[in-house]
Amino acid sequence: MRLTRLGAVAMKELTQIRRDVRSLIIVVVMPVILVLLFGYGVSLDLKHLPVYVYDRDGSQQSQDLLKRFRASDYFKIAGMVNNDPELVRAIDAGNAKMGLVIPWDFSQRLRDGRTAQVQALIDASDDNTANVLIGYSQSVVQGYSSDVQLDWLHHRGQAIQPAPLRVEARTWYNEDLESSAFIIPGVLALVMSVIGAFLTSLTIAREWERGSMEQLISTPVTPLEIMLGKLIPYFVIGMFDVSLCAGLALYWFHVPFRGQFSTLLLSSALFMIVVLSLGFLISVIAKNQLAASQIALLATFLPAFLLSGFLYAIEQMPGVLQVITRAIPARYYVSVLKKIFLKGTPTSLLYADLVPLTIFALILAAIATRAFHKRLA
Amino acid sequence: MLARLKQLLIKEFIQVFRDKRTRFVLFGPPIIQMLIFGYAATFEIRHVRTVVLDQDHSQESRDLISRASSTPYFDVERQLTDQRQIPEIIDRGDAVVALQINAGFAENLRKGQTAPVQVIVDGTNSNTALIAVGYLGQIAGVFAQDYQHDRMYRIAPQWVERMPQVQLEQRPWYNPDLRSRWFFVPGVIGSLTLVLVTTLTAFAVVREREIGTLEQIMVTPIRPFEFILGKTLPFFLIGLLDVSLIATIGTFWFHVPFRGQIAVLFTGAVLFILCMLGVGLLISTVSSTQQQAMVTAFFFIMPAITFSGFGFPISTMPPWLQYCTYLSPLRYFLVVLRGSYLKGVGMNVLWPQMLAMGALGFALLMMSVLRFHKALD
Repeated sequence: MRLTRLGAVAMKELTQIRRDVRSLIIVVVMPVILVLLFGYGVSLDLKHLPVYVYDRDGSQQSQDLLKRFRASDYFKIAGMVNNDPELVRAIDAGNAKMGLVIPWDFSQRLRDGRTAQVQALIDASDDNTANVLIGYSQSVVQGYSSDVQLDWLHHRGQAIQPAPLRVEARTWYNEDLESSAFIIPGVLALVMSVIGAFLTSLTIAREWERGSMEQLISTPVTPLEIMLGKLIPYFVIGMFDVSLCAGLALYWFHVPFRGQFSTLLLSSALFMIVVLSLGFLISVIAKNQLAASQIALLATFLPAFLLSGFLYAIEQMPGVLQVITRAIPARYYVSVLKKIFLKGTPTSLLYADLVPLTIFALILAAIATRAFHKRLA
Repeated sequence: MLARLKQLLIKEFIQVFRDKRTRFVLFGPPIIQMLIFGYAATFEIRHVRTVVLDQDHSQESRDLISRASSTPYFDVERQLTDQRQIPEIIDRGDAVVALQINAGFAENLRKGQTAPVQVIVDGTNSNTALIAVGYLGQIAGVFAQDYQHDRMYRIAPQWVERMPQVQLEQRPWYNPDLRSRWFFVPGVIGSLTLVLVTTLTAFAVVREREIGTLEQIMVTPIRPFEFILGKTLPFFLIGLLDVSLIATIGTFWFHVPFRGQIAVLFTGAVLFILCMLGVGLLISTVSSTQQQAMVTAFFFIMPAITFSGFGFPISTMPPWLQYCTYLSPLRYFLVVLRGSYLKGVGMNVLWPQMLAMGALGFALLMMSVLRFHKALD
């Protein structure tokens, strides 16, 4: 391997990237857009869910109950209706996530010391939202019922202590349960997958498609020099993008960073090698750009999005899928990212993630090199 | 004109189906993605690893803990004896939730004073954390109510039978078992169609331009309009075929119920695919290489999916972002998909979405045809 030849190939690649203004913009703008997209667009915190009410009683008591729903952050009374079909329609059309029906004899029953049933019709097509609605409407009604009972007994000369129980939740590492703090570190893995695998596999597949790769091979440059020369510029770009994303996360979204910066660089470099090798391998296997782009999507972006624990908890997946995630390099990278951003785990405790990541980097680099040699032979 | 169009269509179909890799690209990735998504994407929580620190050792504290551990949500893995164990266990990730009941819990309950229960959760996955805290709140709420009822019964049994009570009767519509899969599968159909149709269309046109065959076609008697029709019609049909294919997987593999009318779903699919053809053509007019097309498509795809309500309800986004979502055709198609699958609603509810997609599709196609003419000159 000669450094001058390696440098020449890298320079050629850089010139090509620089000449294509759009690629250049993409390289800088895309990470920013992805971070902003996920930072603003993704919120797991469900609040102010629209509720329609059909109050058939219209009494002081039913108003008291509704007041409690209004006071809760989780609900927003978005409409009052006067008949069932209207309520059903609001839920069908998605204008209401929940319909509350207060029976006509609500206050009458409470006065008589009987059980009054309030109906909650919930749009459960989104199970997560439905869960929140079920939980919090239950607790509102429970609280109301218990106050009604204490009051009732009090009027009959029975003073009974309430049983106030409070759940004090402390959320470690992400105290305010900010979705952005949990999401954004993982976005780094997405950005790297796109830059590393997408861009590289497309660029190199284009060379194959156009035949310029053969021209390059007929020069004295060795295959290893070609490969490294092509990948080094993208490696640099990838590392630049990581710093860019990390900067945005820290200074724009105020995601905490509690670990060591060197660990971030080390793990990012390892993951970059993984995705670059994958991208290169894909370009060698796929002969045209369309196939390369689709395979890159399947082999890198999708696993980084779905199977890395970036968004969906791995431990909640079916057992088989959990085993498969162990073969996904992005899983280890995302795990490192969350730990150094949020937990501040020292590097010495990250071996469980860093070692597999290193192994993946070595193996994939070796496979890519071999495949390239074979293709040339 | 029809004869020329027919020839063009034949050429297009030969081109698409000739290459083994391209054939795979048409149907492989959608199926694989559908399967992975169907299994991996879930916001449900089950068997969350939990540790318990009971410093009260009372009947009451044991009762509360057993209520939590008897749900499918929490698996109590260890009983701790010392508070100092908690940080270590959560740091290492051995447990996600720690439930701590301090000494004096039962005493406080008896006196009617606030009895706190401490919950410590690992917030690095804020979704699991949020839901876990919500469930524990519900469990504590039921516990408090039962406790109070018992006390009332002890003190004033003669009154308790005649005491008023409010109950909430909950009816989760459309998805009574609250399955995440039922929520995600219809969404996946929409987002896969989006990715497929946009990229395929953009690639098909740009490829001709990149290779130079576009000029060859333009010197033939074929008019630009015929060319566009000939290019888009195959992908229109392939798009419809893919929708049917993945919808079949959703119904027969994942057993998501289909309650609406197939005709409504297909009307929605046709309108949506028209929108995507428009986007694909637009991308092709601003790209000169396939790589550019791919990356530009990516720029469209990511926001379009994030802002569609695919994974996160639109109502939780910041208001300015909520307005942006009106521009994503997928937003409307998802309502049609979920409406047809889960809600079983028809045109009378879904017509606004159809209208919006029709208008967007018309605008996009007009724009792309106009731009295409210009790009040729």
